Amino acid sequence: MTTYRKYSTLAPPALWLGVFFVVPLLVIFVYSFFQRGDYGEIIYAFTLDNYLRAMDPLYAGTLIASVRIALIATVLCLILGYPLAWYIARQTPSLKKILLALLIIPFWTNFLVRTYAWIFILRTEGLLNNTLLSLGIIDAPLEILFTQTAVIIGLVYTYLPFMVLPIYVSIEKLDRALFDASRDLGATAWQSFRRVMLPLTRPGIISGSILVFVPCLGAYITPDLLGGAKSLMVGNLIQIQFLAARDWPFGAALSFIVMAIVLVLLLVYARWGTINVQSEPGDST
Amino acid sequence: MKRYNAAGILQTLHAWGVYAFIYAPILVLIVFSFNQERINAVWSGFTLDWYLKLVSDTDLMDSVLNSVIVGLSSTAIATILGTMAALAMHRYYFWGKKIMDAVLYLPIVIPEIVMAVSLLTFYVFIQLTLGLVSVIIAHVTFNIAFVFVIVQARLAGMDAHLEHAAADLGATPWQVFRHVTLPYIAPGVLSGALLAFTISWDDFMIAFFTAGVGGTTLPMQVYSMIKFGVSPEINAISTITILFTMLLILLAVRLEGIFKTVKTIGT
Repeated sequence: MTTYRKYSTLAPPALWLGVFFVVPLLVIFVYSFFQRGDYGEIIYAFTLDNYLRAMDPLYAGTLIASVRIALIATVLCLILGYPLAWYIARQTPSLKKILLALLIIPFWTNFLVRTYAWIFILRTEGLLNNTLLSLGIIDAPLEILFTQTAVIIGLVYTYLPFMVLPIYVSIEKLDRALFDASRDLGATAWQSFRRVMLPLTRPGIISGSILVFVPCLGAYITPDLLGGAKSLMVGNLIQIQFLAARDWPFGAALSFIVMAIVLVLLLVYARWGTINVQSEPGDST
Repeated sequence: MKRYNAAGILQTLHAWGVYAFIYAPILVLIVFSFNQERINAVWSGFTLDWYLKLVSDTDLMDSVLNSVIVGLSSTAIATILGTMAALAMHRYYFWGKKIMDAVLYLPIVIPEIVMAVSLLTFYVFIQLTLGLVSVIIAHVTFNIAFVFVIVQARLAGMDAHLEHAAADLGATPWQVFRHVTLPYIAPGVLSGALLAFTISWDDFMIAFFTAGVGGTTLPMQVYSMIKFGVSPEINAISTITILFTMLLILLAVRLEGIFKTVKTIGT
């Protein structure tokens, strides 16, 4: 009877995820070793060409550029987010809740809409240029939209909360007495920060960085809408293979390269990052 | 001590700066949805024209309807399946539990584009016609994970003695579930459902790849409007979307509070 209950509870979600999540991933994994026919059809013959082709400078360049953009966005999030996490952690409990909520709320508003806001602001005849021109600060409009700068701004804007939250959690966990103790023992404020606080918040920094880097690496909408033809990222390359070039095996291979990078990072995260970042602030459960 | 104060002021300024960076674009978007001027980002007077125009846009209204259908049906299925998953993981030991745990979290962490192309490939492979059904299946798949995470957090805080006590007092397993477990996890289930609806409502990537002809959702429609060029109508629909999502989130947060009050009164 218990066995029956056990499996009748487990089986429906397990089957659903098995069929619609695990199997599709296996399907594209297998497809990544097939070939593309002349008309975009799939030829079921084993090959490693798709992976070799990904090493071609043309495509590897995009992959490296994506890693670079994701890294820059991650570092900027860290620079903006770390001091903010400290600031929030220093406030009174009720103010903390408000500040954290204010940080998370925009994250739940539509991603497209938030990206569109930046088009509206950054484009040649957009708000930023109009304002700067009318104030006489610049003579000619700044060309920011459709550049890598715009992509990075969009990514930082989107994923900043992912950096702040885990760092905040790690700051909350640490014992302030350690800071006082190091000061009492003669360390300067900088030394106790550098030698005591920073190492103790490292798990938060690691998880935050991974949580930001992973979605940035696979970004599609941000480079598609804010970037130009020159700031193509691997997400766009995959989309092109599936919806335009009709080279599904190559697209599948690119997806798996991204997946592999992500999985390695997640293992690092599970090993060295804080695990409990899921708990939402203000959530008493 | 003086040095500390200077650092403190700097930190405060920095924090305000970051919050301004987060909110300014959203506020600008909302303000300019009421602007008369069509082309330039220059304020020229208040109007509600762009909102009225939205209503007469039949493509847009169709996409709203599609999003509602996808949102409601995927939320209903995902809430049931996600809750079942949370219960199974909380209560039982079984072969492959660790794998199941990983599979339940993976849809949240793998890049959306990978999930999108894998579902598209799979649908074509099993020859499922792309349309609303394929989008609903896709949305259920990632939403199971989100519902699971929230309900599981709620279950983790539950005292196992409650269920044992009910069983000792002669309740059948179903009665235990219906009268003890379910009321306890209900706030989590409802927040999970609201979260699932919000994510479904906002999703562009997965729908973009898995919706066929006639399956255009609101974000897909907004995307094609953005691709076509900046227009005040997009500001207007964006404003509505922002307010609607915030309402849902507030509701999700509030629900927890409401249930707590009910429980306190009940005891």
